[in-house]
Amino acid sequence: MNIVTKMLSTVVGLTMSAGIALAEPAIIFDLGGKFDKSFNESAFTGAQRWADETGGSFREIELQNEAQREQALRRFAEAGANPIVMAGFAFADSLGKVAPDYPDTKFAVIDVNWLSLPNVRGIGFNEHEGSYLVGMLAAQASKTGTVGFVGGMDIPLIRRFGCGYAQGVKAVNPNATVIANMTGTTPAAWNDPVKGSELTKAQISQGADVVYAAAGGTGVGVLQTAADEGILSIGVDANQNYLHPGKVLTSMLKRVDNAVYEAFSAGENLETGNFQMGIANGGVGYALDEHNASLVSDAMKSAVDAAAASIANGSMAVHNYTDDETCPAISF
Amino acid sequence: MIEFLTLLQVLDSSLRLATPLLLVCLAGLFSERAGIFDIGLEGKLLAAAFVSAAFAAITGSVWLGLLAGILASIMLSLLHGLASITLRGDQIISGVAINFLAAGLTVVVAQDLFGQGGRTPPLKSGGRFEPINFPGATSSKEMNEAGPLMQFYSELLSGHSLLVYVALLTVPISWFILYKTRYGLRLRAVGENPAAVDTAGISVRGLRYSAVIIGGVLCGIAGAYIATSLQANFTKDMSAGRGFIALAALIFAKWRPWYALSACLLFGFFFAVDTRFQNILLPAWFLSGFLILIALGLLSYVWKKDYLDKAVLGGLAVGISIIAFLVIFSVWDTGTSSQIKIPVVFIQSLPYVLTVVVLAGFVGKAIPPRAGGQPYVKER
Repeated sequence: MNIVTKMLSTVVGLTMSAGIALAEPAIIFDLGGKFDKSFNESAFTGAQRWADETGGSFREIELQNEAQREQALRRFAEAGANPIVMAGFAFADSLGKVAPDYPDTKFAVIDVNWLSLPNVRGIGFNEHEGSYLVGMLAAQASKTGTVGFVGGMDIPLIRRFGCGYAQGVKAVNPNATVIANMTGTTPAAWNDPVKGSELTKAQISQGADVVYAAAGGTGVGVLQTAADEGILSIGVDANQNYLHPGKVLTSMLKRVDNAVYEAFSAGENLETGNFQMGIANGGVGYALDEHNASLVSDAMKSAVDAAAASIANGSMAVHNYTDDETCPAISF
Repeated sequence: MIEFLTLLQVLDSSLRLATPLLLVCLAGLFSERAGIFDIGLEGKLLAAAFVSAAFAAITGSVWLGLLAGILASIMLSLLHGLASITLRGDQIISGVAINFLAAGLTVVVAQDLFGQGGRTPPLKSGGRFEPINFPGATSSKEMNEAGPLMQFYSELLSGHSLLVYVALLTVPISWFILYKTRYGLRLRAVGENPAAVDTAGISVRGLRYSAVIIGGVLCGIAGAYIATSLQANFTKDMSAGRGFIALAALIFAKWRPWYALSACLLFGFFFAVDTRFQNILLPAWFLSGFLILIALGLLSYVWKKDYLDKAVLGGLAVGISIIAFLVIFSVWDTGTSSQIKIPVVFIQSLPYVLTVVVLAGFVGKAIPPRAGGQPYVKER
């Protein structure tokens, strides 16, 4: 046996054993793209953190259109990736079809908590709770008593953000006006900063001086215009305070990164079932760093932290729009 | 009743939203009047937006950004020209290819250059086209106290970026070039009957190339407006289909410059209404009356038409009347003066509905340039 065959057999043996012992996890990003400074980027950060800490590698794909959902899922499952994490509510239908075909593969899906399949982990977030907190901050920072909300695509999930926000605003100032706008009704609404800007300008002309954007890439335009026009804005999902230091009041944090990190860390032993991440278990919150320290006074902070504590211990509940498709604080 | 200032703010927003549409629409007009269909407007707009934002970010000068954006857009125009004029390929395929090329390349190059995930870094105040405030215009904070004339002057006329005024100027210039110069006559002729132009000893290729280059310049300005004036950086797919909406506006405008201005302003107005008001309340009697009028208009239109037209359009008219009666029926208990909520989605779809109406030939006839889409082959 010469040295070349020896080396070859070692390499083959190594790759085979690696393939059997350690299935790579995989993540599928939604249409906003993995660098949307927001939801998908947060998911990517979690995956990257896992890779950096463990030295492992993961497979990933950014969807370009709706038709790729099921295809991408099946391809990863066929290739033996395990677990497969999906970022986005829109995967629910495809996953419902694909998951039963691959009983040995574990799936984790973010923003979907209604599938009950034996190999699926559904992770829902209490966005209304986090939005409630930033709504309280918005109402306290507002001088005009009018605040705005810019949503991305008009879906119940985004209305949940808006509804929680409006409840937080009204909790501080019952007479406050909340102007809510949605960018559109198609997935293109996640990537239209120009329209985000126009919505912000329209809200400013109606008196808004704090605007909360829950709109993916469209939110970049909202934050930009708010900074240009000298009003405050609130970022979403990831910490966006650094985009315009001193002009972003805070960001509603949705710890998608933690959810992805946990799923990747659990690997094939991922616990399935439906899980809900709220203030109580660190799933949502608001961002405070050096970029917005001057905007959030101690009084504001203590009021919000008190509310967060009572939501966490269950003595106060924030109404969830998706429970009954109605909102006590605002009509869409 | 809507306040005067609100109306002005909506018109102001319409102007901002109409500007990129107008520039891209005129770009398409030059190209299509010369017989080159241009599906690739969206791609050129996106590429120009990226290149202008990238150059403005690197050099710190918005003018260099604008120039680079225009050059990038011209490059794509020349590519389209090469495929469809010189190589006589299919113009639609080449245009679609340009759209895909721009959508992919912008993000990949941006990621490679700046490493911010397909975005360009935010531009500082010197690297953007800032709003120009006319002398004596009041600031937006004191707008409520100002008189109506002052509001009109400060809100609507003043406070736009330079490129908005440039876009408005391109309309008379385009009209003059197309209808008052020898070059314009030849350009229009080459889109109708290139053989006649060729017989007169004028280069068909030269004219068509010049037309697509003019289109490239206009798309370049539009892209720079989106990325360096409306926004302060490039983000993935930020043109959001405006190139296609401009194509619809071009058809709506029947390939004429002044009509293009009104079409784009109308589309911009719809978009502005849609951003300002989430839902529109209309009295039920007004809504159903309007629908019945449309239905009657349709019926009178099909009166002398073929059997098939009668069946299809008559059916449409009956459908609209049924909706009108349903509206009346739904508010029967509360009185017909009660208000009906019109969802904003309906307003969003209006530009497309209107374009279809024009294409269907209800309002005049939209006749595209006769030689459009056909590569010119010299007779041998």
